[in-house]
Amino acid sequence: MNTNEAVADSPLLHDFNSQTAKKYRKWRHIKDVATRHLMAFGGVSVIIAIVLIAFYLLYVVIPMFKSAEIESIASYSLPGNANTKSLMYAMEEQREVALRIDEQGKAVFFATVTGEIRKSIDLNIPLDLSITAVAAGDQTEKMIGLGLSDGSVLFFQHNYDVSYPDDVRLITPFISFPFGETPIQLNKAGESIKQLSVQYDGEQATLVAHGSRAQINLVSLIKEESMLSDEIKISREESVIPVDTGDIVELRIDIEQREMYVADKLGNIYFYNISNKTEPRLIQKVRAVEDDITITAVEFLAGGISILVGDTTGQIAQWFPVRDDENNYTLQKIRTFNKQKSSITEIAPEHSRKGFVAIDESGEMGIYHTTAHRTVLLEQIDDHVLNAIVLSPRANAALIENDKAQLQFWHFHNEHPEISWQSIWGKVWYESRDKPEYVWQSSSASSDFEPKFSLTPLAFGTFKAAFYAMMFAIPLAILGAMYTAYFMAPKMRQVVKPTIEIMEALPTVILGFLAGLWLAPFVELHLPGMFIMIFCVPLSIVFAAAVWEFIPDNIKHKVPEGWEAALLIPVVIIAVCFSVLISQPVENLLFGGNLPLWLSQELGITYDQRNSMVVGFAMGFAVIPTIFSISEDAVYSVPKHLTTGSLALGATPWQTMMRVVLLTASPGIFSAIMIGLGRAVGETMIVVMATGNTAIMDMSIFEGFRALSANIAVEMPETEVNSTHYRILFLGALVLFAVTFLFNTIAEVVRQRLRTKYSSL
Amino acid sequence: MNKHIKHWFDTGMPFVWLNAGAVSVSVIMVVGLIALIAVRGLGHFWPSNIAVFDYYAEPNTSAERLMGEIVDEETVSRSRAGNPGYQGETIKRNLIKSGNRDISGLDFSWILDAGIKNISYPDDAVVVERREWGNFYGFLTGLEKDGQKISNNDRLWETFQEEIERNNKVFKEIRHVEKDLIGAINYKMERLRLKERSLELEGEKTPENLQIINQQREELQREYDSYTTQLEKLYSKFNSSSFNAITADGKKITVSLSKVVRAYQPNAMGTLDKTLFYCEKFWEFLTDDPREANTEGGIFPAIFGTVLMVIIMAVMVTPFGVIAAVYLREYATQGPFTRLVRIAVNNLAGVPSVVYGVFGLGFFVYFLGGSIDQLFFPESLPAPTFGTPGLLWASLTLAILTVPVVIVATEEGLSRVPRAIREGSLALGATKAETMWRTVLPMTASAMITGLILAVARAAGEVAPLMLVGVVKLAPSLALDGNAPFLHLDRKFMHLGFHIYDVGFQSPNVEAARPLVYATALLLVVLIIILNLTAIRIRNSLREKYRAAEQS
Repeated sequence: MNTNEAVADSPLLHDFNSQTAKKYRKWRHIKDVATRHLMAFGGVSVIIAIVLIAFYLLYVVIPMFKSAEIESIASYSLPGNANTKSLMYAMEEQREVALRIDEQGKAVFFATVTGEIRKSIDLNIPLDLSITAVAAGDQTEKMIGLGLSDGSVLFFQHNYDVSYPDDVRLITPFISFPFGETPIQLNKAGESIKQLSVQYDGEQATLVAHGSRAQINLVSLIKEESMLSDEIKISREESVIPVDTGDIVELRIDIEQREMYVADKLGNIYFYNISNKTEPRLIQKVRAVEDDITITAVEFLAGGISILVGDTTGQIAQWFPVRDDENNYTLQKIRTFNKQKSSITEIAPEHSRKGFVAIDESGEMGIYHTTAHRTVLLEQIDDHVLNAIVLSPRANAALIENDKAQLQFWHFHNEHPEISWQSIWGKVWYESRDKPEYVWQSSSASSDFEPKFSLTPLAFGTFKAAFYAMMFAIPLAILGAMYTAYFMAPKMRQVVKPTIEIMEALPTVILGFLAGLWLAPFVELHLPGMFIMIFCVPLSIVFAAAVWEFIPDNIKHKVPEGWEAALLIPVVIIAVCFSVLISQPVENLLFGGNLPLWLSQELGITYDQRNSMVVGFAMGFAVIPTIFSISEDAVYSVPKHLTTGSLALGATPWQTMMRVVLLTASPGIFSAIMIGLGRAVGETMIVVMATGNTAIMDMSIFEGFRALSANIAVEMPETEVNSTHYRILFLGALVLFAVTFLFNTIAEVVRQRLRTKYSSL
Repeated sequence: MNKHIKHWFDTGMPFVWLNAGAVSVSVIMVVGLIALIAVRGLGHFWPSNIAVFDYYAEPNTSAERLMGEIVDEETVSRSRAGNPGYQGETIKRNLIKSGNRDISGLDFSWILDAGIKNISYPDDAVVVERREWGNFYGFLTGLEKDGQKISNNDRLWETFQEEIERNNKVFKEIRHVEKDLIGAINYKMERLRLKERSLELEGEKTPENLQIINQQREELQREYDSYTTQLEKLYSKFNSSSFNAITADGKKITVSLSKVVRAYQPNAMGTLDKTLFYCEKFWEFLTDDPREANTEGGIFPAIFGTVLMVIIMAVMVTPFGVIAAVYLREYATQGPFTRLVRIAVNNLAGVPSVVYGVFGLGFFVYFLGGSIDQLFFPESLPAPTFGTPGLLWASLTLAILTVPVVIVATEEGLSRVPRAIREGSLALGATKAETMWRTVLPMTASAMITGLILAVARAAGEVAPLMLVGVVKLAPSLALDGNAPFLHLDRKFMHLGFHIYDVGFQSPNVEAARPLVYATALLLVVLIIILNLTAIRIRNSLREKYRAAEQS
């Protein structure tokens, strides 16, 4: 075979432009392009996915800060006889059916969306009497009282049966009389009732009425089921309360039937305790509005603790009884809301939240929330005077009547009225508290509970934990890093560095468990020892160093330079053991054998077993490796010519360390601290397990706290999706995210600067 | 002398020593912590001797006869000990595990050392581990079967052991029937119910279809009935025998053998016996299900759950992490954008894990899971299938949590591949993809593995996010079983880290649970240290390798 042939036959040349080769090349090209696109697509989507976290948190949090939206659904003329005056409205749970009672004693149930009459019931008011007052009780029992002109009250209940024939909801309204169909005589003199208030809780009913004389008649009815038969006996208690005013404009009793508020024309509010139905007591009389202003509406907020007072200027104020130091309650004005344009005609409280809706004579409607001190919405919805409003029990719809005999049906979208900047971060005066406070108390057994969503104590707890952890971690980690990077023998460094770095990988649940179950009792038992240790360990180290300095050189030289740390291990162990051992005698000698008890008795300092000191140790332990590792790198990579130069000029190693190395490496150490801080802020399991998790605001080292992260871990599994509580926990997470992201970014930027600096040196 | 010291201070040596001390303290803390866990965790399985003694709570009062293991001791001041009648500035007290929770109500108590008199360690003291009410401590007096005494005194202990062994076999059979066989039938029944419901939703609930379903249902029911009769027989066998015993203070009790896990006489055991017993207990710890609200028995489901979750997470995190890293390092144009992304990815590694948990719960569980339920599992609504925390979401959440670790490690690996190698490959005519696939990626393989190991180590130790997205204290069944489709990603699972939290802090009997928590913690620590050391080792050998490649 000659060479030419060989060249011609060479697969390379011969096949380079053959079909197969071309195809193969094309295939390879396609693969290349495909890979590029796949990589770009995959890479970008992974990056987007991880960036998504921040946006998703925001997406959940933002709806909390939106104002309410209202939507007009329908408007129609008054159902039933449109020419009569409406006395009151009510709506059922599903906002499908509403009730209108007019002055002729007709109860008309109608569809809210169309105004079409579903059922009309005549309440059979005797012809010679007229209805002179009306009052509604609390929403769960749905009682209505109609005050008649002979001083009696017709007391009945409106009810709704819900059934599902053919899988379609059908609501059948009806009326029942738990206390009989005959009106209950309140005013023995037979005066017509001008003002009325009723409450019923399923067993006991209380009715109060004001006639023409300066007095209030109170009747309490208690239903008792007799043990033997199904018969129901009703026992009756009553009393007459004299008042020093004849012009009562509003009369209200609370849902518990313990308090009564009376407002008169002059703007006074009388606050009565009616727990004892036969002996009601006047507790306080206050002037609620300024001169020339009259009260036009008084209503209880859900829960029956606060009252809302609306007046002719369009101002609404919240009042509730506040307990003073001597355990006396006085009615106080807590907060006022934005003024509406004109005189308030009616206030409708929400049934399960601390919000309310108010309407006025100018046709303006406002939606408010008391705890958040927030005007959620203020809108002109009509040009006419608005007479009456009723909210659906879920506060998602309202019926509003104007003076042109038109009824409007509105849908409300108002999911999170309880959130405002003030209610999250500021001090809030909660119901039944004696002053404005920061409180986190997200849930409770009762339904009309006022949620307390202050993140301030939680953020405080987080930073308290981080503070104590850093107090412990920074000195140990940075001193250790300086030594390891600069003085330690390379051989020892190879062992020490990974050992400390392994700590970083230790699951924090283990640290938390040890802190809570082992360290906390240990610290409590050896509390004096802990404080002795802080002094004893460094002193014994210096002492050992001094001793080492004075021992003969021939022994000293047997240990190579850079192994001081190894020599110190027994010294430290002995110092620690010594501190623990003398803890008991010292405690017996100085503190009567029980330091925690002594602290609380002599100094008034409470001592929790799981306290900030324990967390400081445990979390410090978790943060040390992070700070150590990064600052060790920073010190270690200080260019060698700087240090050798300094040493050559006659500086001692320590002087070189302090004046040259540390100065150059300080940005790196700073970024190490920032990253450590970020880790301490977000750490969850340690704070869950090693503190009592009570949300208090106190810097005391002997007390616990509740951190943001722990709060999320503990409460998140129990929240309802998209509830305010759920969203506020997301806000907590977002705060953590933002704070740690900020710390880490600062650290990263500083570190990158440092790197460029080193490379330029 | 003074001058010397002053000079010594001027050189700064004391400060150097102080720095050295900081290192010593750190090292002592790490080693001490691991030693503490190891000692407490490993000590738990050792059968300690049982002491029987008279105890005088106050001097000159009547004694009570107590029996139990002395687990712990401490010396405290008088005031902390509650000012007892005994003399001395400090009081020594012992924590004694006396068991018999059903009789005395308490199974742990602190007793004063000074009040212990006439202590002895009788050979015939018996510890009976029970399925409920914790350990029993006392003396065996007899055995009964169907109400008849079957004990003959010289072989009482041997017969007891044989009976226990026989009963435990029955117990295993019962468990097999209940969990595996009947469990499978229940699972199939539920599938049938869902099938019927989905037919109804699709409007295809025709009599023919319904008949098929009912036929299958009847078949299952028949099977079920046969198993229940079998179970009844097993149970009557299981409950037939019982043992009689007296406690230290002379109370007589009779306990059914069905409640007994094992019985032993620690005082009569030699070191070899104890070692064997230790191994047996340790094996039980690793392979058995937990008992008594997780305070006794094993932690197998937790180990299984952790491993399964980590595997699923690794399967998801590796490709995505590697693709993102390759894109960032090899394909994306280097500039401010990639620098920004790199900082963001680095920072995400520092975002608190609980934030990822919140994200997982909101986005994966409620949003994604809820949508999946609407689309694919309408038949089981309103009961959620994927719209509730479970294995899949937990793995996915941890995958997101650990993906920065994999990205960073892989990128580091890619950056270490010498330029010459890439250029050589390209010069020889390989496309970029081929260069990547054939030369660069194989060289980075160990970097990827390092990243993966670090990710796994982190995931295995995380608890806070898992509490939100799928871990429970007691899962009724494992996520991997014999029922198709075998791997149930929607199930909740148990996890070692959460087990520690739950047993240590939510358990009604913390004192009894404590040793088990130490043992679990030890297992987790060892696992994670091994993973980390492996990663460090791989990384170091990798660095050596590239150093060699760069120099040659």
